[in-house]
Amino acid sequence: MKSGLCVFLAAFIALGLSWCGFVLGPAKQLGTARQAAVLNSSDTYPLQPTGDATLGLQVYRANGCAACHTEQVRQDGVTCEIVLTGAGKNPTAVTNLVSTLKLTGLTKEEADAASDKITAAGGSVETHINPVGRDIARGWGVRRSVAADFLYDYPVQLGSLRAGPDLANVGARLPDANWQLVHLYAPSAVAKNSAMPPFRFLFEVRKIGDAPSPDALQFPKDFPPPSGCEVVPTPEAKQLVAYLLSLKADVPLYEAPFTPVIAKP
Amino acid sequence: MNQSQTIDNFGGASVLTSRIDASCRVPLLALFGGAALWLVVGLVLSLAAIMTFHKPDMFADCPVLTYGHAQAAANDALLYGFCIPAGLGVMLWIFARLSQSELVLPLVPVVAANIWHLGVFVGVVAILLGDSTGFAWLEFPRGGSVLLFAAFLLIAISAVATFGARQNRELYPSHWFLLAALFWFPWIYSTANLFLVTHHPVRGVAQAAIDAWFANNLVFVWLALVGLGTAFYFLPKLSGRPLQSHYLALFAFWTLIVFGSWCGIPQDAPMPAWMPAASTVASSLLIVPLIAIAIIACKTVCGASITCKGGPFCYVKFGTAAFILSGLMLIAAACPQFSHVTEFTWFGPAQIQLQILGFFTIVMSGAIYELLPRVMGFALPFPKFVRIQHWLFMLGIVLWAGSLAVGGVEQGMKLNNPQTVFAESTDVALMFLRVGTTGLLFILVGSLLFAANVFAMTIKWKLALLKMMIAYIKSPLETASDRAKAGEVKS
Repeated sequence: MKSGLCVFLAAFIALGLSWCGFVLGPAKQLGTARQAAVLNSSDTYPLQPTGDATLGLQVYRANGCAACHTEQVRQDGVTCEIVLTGAGKNPTAVTNLVSTLKLTGLTKEEADAASDKITAAGGSVETHINPVGRDIARGWGVRRSVAADFLYDYPVQLGSLRAGPDLANVGARLPDANWQLVHLYAPSAVAKNSAMPPFRFLFEVRKIGDAPSPDALQFPKDFPPPSGCEVVPTPEAKQLVAYLLSLKADVPLYEAPFTPVIAKP
Repeated sequence: MNQSQTIDNFGGASVLTSRIDASCRVPLLALFGGAALWLVVGLVLSLAAIMTFHKPDMFADCPVLTYGHAQAAANDALLYGFCIPAGLGVMLWIFARLSQSELVLPLVPVVAANIWHLGVFVGVVAILLGDSTGFAWLEFPRGGSVLLFAAFLLIAISAVATFGARQNRELYPSHWFLLAALFWFPWIYSTANLFLVTHHPVRGVAQAAIDAWFANNLVFVWLALVGLGTAFYFLPKLSGRPLQSHYLALFAFWTLIVFGSWCGIPQDAPMPAWMPAASTVASSLLIVPLIAIAIIACKTVCGASITCKGGPFCYVKFGTAAFILSGLMLIAAACPQFSHVTEFTWFGPAQIQLQILGFFTIVMSGAIYELLPRVMGFALPFPKFVRIQHWLFMLGIVLWAGSLAVGGVEQGMKLNNPQTVFAESTDVALMFLRVGTTGLLFILVGSLLFAANVFAMTIKWKLALLKMMIAYIKSPLETASDRAKAGEVKS
């Protein structure tokens, strides 16, 4: 290259291409995204977070929680499962047919073929989709994280290191606000062998006066608070917990389908 | 090392050369002095951050140093506080030397260096007080980033003007890398700030994509451009052999900027699938420039008549090797089979630490040790520290980045097995973090030696200036009778 202009053009083309790809592309494709429709439902997702949850994201950001926690669940694939919902006019034939077929751990094609056979024999079936993966097996989520989960977040805190567990679905996993507060104040009180640093600066320890605070933390029996004192969360701690409890990625979407498990009454 | 030979390689001790060096003196001191300080501060903060893993409740009542604060502040102090100003200082000197011209507008970089370091100070304090933006590598709030951007542009003006004043119109490979870096930073930094840190940021996960693009282009590509531009200047000079070859360097330059700028989107990111896929393809193609750079470095260094005894030559050689390794780790982390294990583990931080400390910091400290005595016009105050620091850094990097990387793989294997409880994966990493902390301590001691040399030189120079001023003030004023006497003598 003979002149500075050539270098400039080379750098301009190289960086310009990647700028179009990874800045302009996502800004156009994702930056205009709207709420998505929940599968088999008239609901939309996600709901706009409100009040404390919005403020809590700022506490999460300010304290750099994303340095240790991710908010993304990985999924390795899905398996299908066939559930017989009706035996039709010839129950014996259908039952015999079903007993010869494999009904769980199927691919989409296998599930379609099996459900065609059963339907032909007069039975009626439902195909359930079950996401599988390491993170899902740990119970960290019910499906993989998708772009729609982060629609209203600013800043988006995906995280890149799991020095602590994933939090994508923590609001559904651990919905007890008191547990969350105690965990923030003294992680080892509720989670054995926890490597998380305590966030005592988000709490106030004070003498129990004439009127004990209704907000005071309820500690487990083997971890009593300092005698004569109560531990009261600051507004920041409450906001942070409100944000954590708002993290629920548990509805099926077009790009991440699954069949919700409905608890039996 | 044969001193006379080195001086010859660097263009002789001619009057012009010493004038060029002297023109860089004040700007370089302003840039390097602050950089040396931030290097120490960054490493101390890193150490404070890692202490949380040894004793979780260490900073439980001290919000300033909680892990999330200390970690981000440490990273930014190292990258913005040390790497960029050190790189810019070395760049100014290389441009002046290659142009065979004195630094143009030498006052501008002096002012800019002070603005830059003020910006870093504002940013680091803001992070520690919880005012970070929450975007990785872009944590500085607006006040800090505006100062950084302005200071960079000012330094770029001086650099480009010096480049334009060159005697020989033909460009040297270092020119390409350094010029591209000058162009790179303002683009990526303004893009990231305008898309992310405004009142109307882009929506949703596009933020994460733009942040990943920015972080990769700064931490991988920018550091690579400046570090390699410096290495391609110093390796031939120090080994006394020409760069092998310019064509290969051109090839490496092109492929590095074309493929390197597309890396960085994580494998399983919750984004449209084409983005991680494009990043994986680009990362695997990165092997091409890495091989080219390895060939250039080997061919240039092998057969050099000088031996490496812990001097600047060793620094640049080690740094270049560390870059190749860091690039290979980047490729590995983007390869689906491998990232299956290493994603979300300490392997990622290991690659970044190797890139920043193992590659860039080492190349820059070697270059500064080589050029600072020339610029100042006197030898290093503690020449023995150079060798000690080299060994401390080398050992420290191997321990620190090595244990993080191995710990990351172990952690990933535990994480991938849903039967093991989560705490086991943190426990297994903890063991490696403890070993790594020793390495970090070595690096910190090494950086103290570096700061000692830079500060001692600054103080020595300031004392000399002060002495000169005092001598000037003390010198008797010329009186009318003196003048009359002089007149008599003349007549």
